[in-house]
Amino acid sequence: MSRKLDLEQGFVDISFGAGGMASAQLTREIFAPEFSNPILNRMEDGAVIDMPKGRLVVSTDSHVISPIFFPGGDIGSLAIHGSVNDVAMMGAKPLHMSIGFIIEEGIPFSTLKRIAVSMGEAAREAGVSIVAADTKVVKKGEADQIYITSTCFGVVSDEISIGADRAKAGDRVIISGSIGDHGAAIMASREELSLTSSLKSDSQSLHDLAAAMLASGIDIHVMRDPTRGGLATSLNEIATTSGVGIEIDERAIPVHEGVRAVSELLGLDPLYFACEGRLAAICAGDDAEALLAVMRSHPKGSDAAIIGEVTASSEIPLILRSTFGGSRVVSVLTGDQMPRIC
Amino acid sequence: MKFIDEYRDSEVIRSLLSQIGEEAVREEGYRLMEFCGGHTHAFYRYGLLPLLPERVTMVHGPGCPVCVLPISRIDAAVALAAKDDVIFCSYGDMLRVPGSDGKSLLKAKASGADVRMIYSPLDAMKLAEQNPDCQVVFFAVGFETTAPATALALKQAAERKAPNFTVFCNHVLTPPAMRAILDDGSLEGSMDGGADGSTVHGIVGPGHVSAIIGSSAYRFVAEENHIPLVISGFEPVDLLESILMLVRQINEENAAIENGYSRVVKDEGNPQAIALMDEVFDLRGSFEWRGFGMLPDSAQKLSSKFADYDAEIRFGVTYGEAHDHKACRCAEVLRGQLEPEGCSVFASVCTPENPLGACMVSSEGACAAAYQYGRHARGDQ
Amino acid sequence: MCLAIPAMITALHDENMGTVNLGGVEREVSLALVDATVGDYVIVHVGIAISKLDEDEAKRTLALFDELGAELDGLDGEAS
Repeated sequence: MSRKLDLEQGFVDISFGAGGMASAQLTREIFAPEFSNPILNRMEDGAVIDMPKGRLVVSTDSHVISPIFFPGGDIGSLAIHGSVNDVAMMGAKPLHMSIGFIIEEGIPFSTLKRIAVSMGEAAREAGVSIVAADTKVVKKGEADQIYITSTCFGVVSDEISIGADRAKAGDRVIISGSIGDHGAAIMASREELSLTSSLKSDSQSLHDLAAAMLASGIDIHVMRDPTRGGLATSLNEIATTSGVGIEIDERAIPVHEGVRAVSELLGLDPLYFACEGRLAAICAGDDAEALLAVMRSHPKGSDAAIIGEVTASSEIPLILRSTFGGSRVVSVLTGDQMPRIC
Repeated sequence: MKFIDEYRDSEVIRSLLSQIGEEAVREEGYRLMEFCGGHTHAFYRYGLLPLLPERVTMVHGPGCPVCVLPISRIDAAVALAAKDDVIFCSYGDMLRVPGSDGKSLLKAKASGADVRMIYSPLDAMKLAEQNPDCQVVFFAVGFETTAPATALALKQAAERKAPNFTVFCNHVLTPPAMRAILDDGSLEGSMDGGADGSTVHGIVGPGHVSAIIGSSAYRFVAEENHIPLVISGFEPVDLLESILMLVRQINEENAAIENGYSRVVKDEGNPQAIALMDEVFDLRGSFEWRGFGMLPDSAQKLSSKFADYDAEIRFGVTYGEAHDHKACRCAEVLRGQLEPEGCSVFASVCTPENPLGACMVSSEGACAAAYQYGRHARGDQ
Repeated sequence: MCLAIPAMITALHDENMGTVNLGGVEREVSLALVDATVGDYVIVHVGIAISKLDEDEAKRTLALFDELGAELDGLDGEAS
């Protein structure tokens, strides 16, 4: 039997990648205790899960972000929230997760433990069990500290039909809260910009907000969490898939002052900053006020707002109306937003 | 946010638009040029262009320091970045600008060059102090708004005798560029208005450049070219107020330099900044500008006092014969002779992901602004 | 060439540096080229203050805009 890992002072060395036993030890001593659940604890080769009624929904994401710890979260909790949300956006109840870790030699065990704790907390809050986990170690320089691949399995009932192709002229667009918090917090925390702020990522699971919205019985046409590329990119994609146009009102979109400040300072646009704890919902115009009320009565939707409408005109996917009647096209983000001086 | 939100007030904006509509009554219209790329960006960002009365049209000027930098200098930057012990520091704006053969600083970074995006030249100095074994080269780009920051970093370098910090200087000057575009035959201003409709009747003058150089630097525009110029801020209220002031001058057949950004710009500019630039920089005899060819006395290099911090000297930088991409028509766009939408490769072959020229990359480039914000802005709404 | 923002000075430091605050976001910038102190607003560009905002001028021009708006409101009510 191998020595137990020194979780406080030790760090990963390449021998952990060499044989099954060593990397299994990482899983067993660092991750599994935090993810603990009856299925995982059996430590079988494969997790056996009873098939739930309804249709299976699966989502996978890989996370390679840097820095791995940021104000309001870390790569681990982000991975849990992200995949849970992707499943929840289909109107499904997230149930189980499978996680793969690629770990760079040299990373301290304490860092891994911190991430594991954070993931365990996030998973419990989201009501999901991490039923499978694997770790592999690569040589120094072959990965940037840690990469995480997360897969979430959920179930959606047969009556629900939510999809990006269901937006129709006359529908309204609702956002569950302020936009751009995550992207702005990450940008503000970039060392080379030397900004000091209290901006925090909005990273959180939306399974419960989505469930409350579905429980209302309102026919929700589309739900989307605007992650990479921000609200602008998500709404563009929905409009294009549905063959419609979307118009949003600048006055109606909630943006925190600090997010505005970072945007003004660096010449960036909050519409393109990622959100990691927000959802955009599209429903029939007549249902909008009711859906808004449901969202606002939930703690994760307390700042929800109706921000625009869907039009039949599909030539331009997304238009922003400014406060004084001006309007501009909002296109999909090309490349990453780069701070500019001009 | 104070001193920003007040200048985005929708009531004031609507009042100004109304007033402009009432006063812009001249048959031949009002063809106004916003010189500065930042103004171009602002017009598009706020969706102001379709709101202006039909008689008022905006021509986009060449005030985009990223757009006017010729390919040969981008190539030189990429070559510097590729050197083994160099940490190459650049503003975000320059990273995607294409050089020859589609090279760029971003691509060089992907191939292993140590290219760092920085927010301030003072941060480049910090990097030099933190990395004594590396040569830190700062890619200095910009008009007179930005040059003082470069100058401050150089003063710091000299005071600390930094052995590993140099500046690759590409600062350019506004008045010579303005002269060039006004003296260009196709845009010669005349108060009776050209029959061919290509004259410029008034200029929206750069705001932050003017904070440094003051308003007297533009006197020639009024005295020699007989065109009114109003220095403008960057918020919608500022831009509209400046347009209103120009419309009034044009109606009165006046040609004067007015300061529409008085909360930031003083007539004498910023004397401390001017003195600092005089100390740190010398005029280059001539400099190549995309769209204008060689312009005399239009750019800055480091003065001999700062020769130790001059990257062109330390690294023996040479410039090849480099040309814009065959299909690229940035030069005409920069001279205000071609609208982005009028370029045959606009939004088809030339896009922000695959730019053929700088105008599509720089956020102040007319093409990037038109692509991002305004491809359908005219008319439809 | 132009991205510059008015931010308030909240602290002064050695070597002509200061802290500015915009909407709760702070940065150290060089104040070497302006005569400004805590409480003043400066225009910040690439990490340096290029000008001190003249608050009296700002008030004056904003008041003019208010007048303009009132004028138009007074005219047969169609302008706004």
